[in-house]
Amino acid sequence: MHAGTVRANLAGRFRDLDLADDAVGDALMAATETWTSDTVPRNPAAWLQTTARNKAIDRLRKAGRVDLIETDEPSTAGPETPQRDERGIIDADEGEDLGDQRLRLMLLCCHPAIRPSDQVALMLRLVAGLTTEEIAAAYVVPRETMVRRITRAKDKIRKARIPLTLGSRISEREHTALAGIYLIFNEGYLSRGSQRGAHAPDLCEEAIRLATIVTSTDDPSAEAIGLLALMLFVHARRDARVLNDEIVGLDDQDRTRWQLTDVHEGNRLLAAALAQMSPGPFQVQALIASHHSNARIAADTDWPAIVALYEQLQLLDTSPVIALNHAVAVGRADGPLAGLEALRSGEELDDYYAYHLAYADMLESIERYPDAAAAYTRALELTNNGAERVKLRARITALQP
Amino acid sequence: MLYTVLLYDDPDHHDDFAPGTPEFDETVAAWTAFNKSLADRGHLISGARCTNAPTSVFLSVDGTRQIVDGPHAETKEQLGGFYLIAAADLDEALVLLESAPVPAGAFEIWPVMFPLDPTSL
Repeated sequence: MHAGTVRANLAGRFRDLDLADDAVGDALMAATETWTSDTVPRNPAAWLQTTARNKAIDRLRKAGRVDLIETDEPSTAGPETPQRDERGIIDADEGEDLGDQRLRLMLLCCHPAIRPSDQVALMLRLVAGLTTEEIAAAYVVPRETMVRRITRAKDKIRKARIPLTLGSRISEREHTALAGIYLIFNEGYLSRGSQRGAHAPDLCEEAIRLATIVTSTDDPSAEAIGLLALMLFVHARRDARVLNDEIVGLDDQDRTRWQLTDVHEGNRLLAAALAQMSPGPFQVQALIASHHSNARIAADTDWPAIVALYEQLQLLDTSPVIALNHAVAVGRADGPLAGLEALRSGEELDDYYAYHLAYADMLESIERYPDAAAAYTRALELTNNGAERVKLRARITALQP
Repeated sequence: MLYTVLLYDDPDHHDDFAPGTPEFDETVAAWTAFNKSLADRGHLISGARCTNAPTSVFLSVDGTRQIVDGPHAETKEQLGGFYLIAAADLDEALVLLESAPVPAGAFEIWPVMFPLDPTSL
C-alpha cells in the first residue's frame, strides 16, 4: 500500500497532515487520469512519491506558504528522478529509528492531546488508508459524523500546533497505538454478523494490518507482538463464528472452519513475544486465546490454565470485563456454582450484555430456568447485533415451559 | 506560537501560607524562579496571579448582561492565574510547564489566534 507510506513521508516533511492527505489524493487522481495500460511508470511507488510531493508544493504555493517549500527542491524533476526523501523523513528526531514511516504516522496520531476515539479514526484514515465513507460504514455512523470527527481532529492538530515529531516518548505512544488498534479489532469482532453493509471494510483485518506495521520494525516490543498474536488467534475463528445469521459460541463452533495458518502464525509470534521476558496484558490475553485456538475439540480446552491466566491478567488490568471473563472460566473449570460465586463477587455490569449472557448461561446449567430466561432477556435488550439477537431469542424460546 | 495557559489551583491542596512564614517565602521563591526561567528564554509574554478563590464574579452575556457571584466552575478547581507564553509547538509548551511548582491543580492550554498589544491599538 504505497499511498500510506507516501502520506507518512509528506506529513513528516511538511509537518501538515491535511496537506499530506490532500496531496496524495491529488496524485492518485492524476494517476487514474494519466496512467493507461501502456504507460504505467516503471516504478509506481517512486512516481507516486514524487507526484504527491509536487502536488503538495503546488498547494503550498497557491496558499502563499512559500516559506514551507525548500528552495533546493527541483520542482521540475521528472517522474523517474529518484528523490532523496524516499528513504524517509529528512530531519527525524534524535533517538527515532523506526524504519517504517507508516508506524511513525501511527504514533503521531496518538498524541495524548487528541481524544482516543479521534486517534482511532485518524489511524484508520491516514495509515490504513480507509476512506471516510468506509470508516463511517464500519462504525455504523452517518458519513457526516465521521467527516466532522476527522476534520475536528485535524483542525486541532493544526490549531493547537500539535507537533508531528515524536520526541522521547515513543513507548508511551506505542502503548496508546496498541490500545487503539485493539479497539478497532474489537469493533470488527463485535460487529461480525450485524447489519454493517456488504462493502464495509473488515475492521479486524485493518487492525491486524496496523499491528503488522508496528511489529515489522527491527526490534518490535513484546506487547506489540503479543497483540498481533492475540488478534490472529481470535481472527482464526472468524468463519465458524456466525452460522445461518446466528452467533455460534466456542463450544459449538465447527473447528474445521478455523484458519489454522492464522493459529500457527499466532503460536510463532507468541513464542517470540514471550522470549523477550517482558510480560504484559496483551501477551497474557494471547496465551488465553492460544488455549482456545489450539484446542482441537472444545473438551480439550484447559480451563484451569485459563483461570490461572485470568488471575494473572487481573493483576495487570483491573477492568471489570476481565473479572467477568475470569468468572466464566471459573464456571467452566470448577462448575457453575463456583462460577456464579465468582460472578457475584465481581462488579455487576448491568449495562453489559455479555455479563447477563454469562449469568444466564450459568443459571441455565443449574436449571434455574425462569431466572436464566430473565437474564437472557436483559442481554437481548442490550445488544443490537443481529446475529447475537437471533441466538438470544433462541435460548429464551428453548427455556419456555 | 502563542498559548494562553490557565492555571487552576486545587483548593483542597492549596497551601495558604501567611506572608512572613518560611513556607510563604519558599513558595514565592519557587514561583519567581519559574517565571524568571520562562522570561529569560523569551517564552513569557504576560501573566497574572489571581487572588485566592472564591473571589470571582461571573458575568454572562446573552441578550442581557447578568452578574452572579462566582466562581462559575463546577469543579472545585479555582483559577489561580494565567500566562501568555510563546512556544514552538504544543509539546514545547508542555515541557515549559513541567517545572512549574504546582503541588496540585491543572493547566488548561489554549492556542491563541492573535494576542492584543495595548501599545498598538
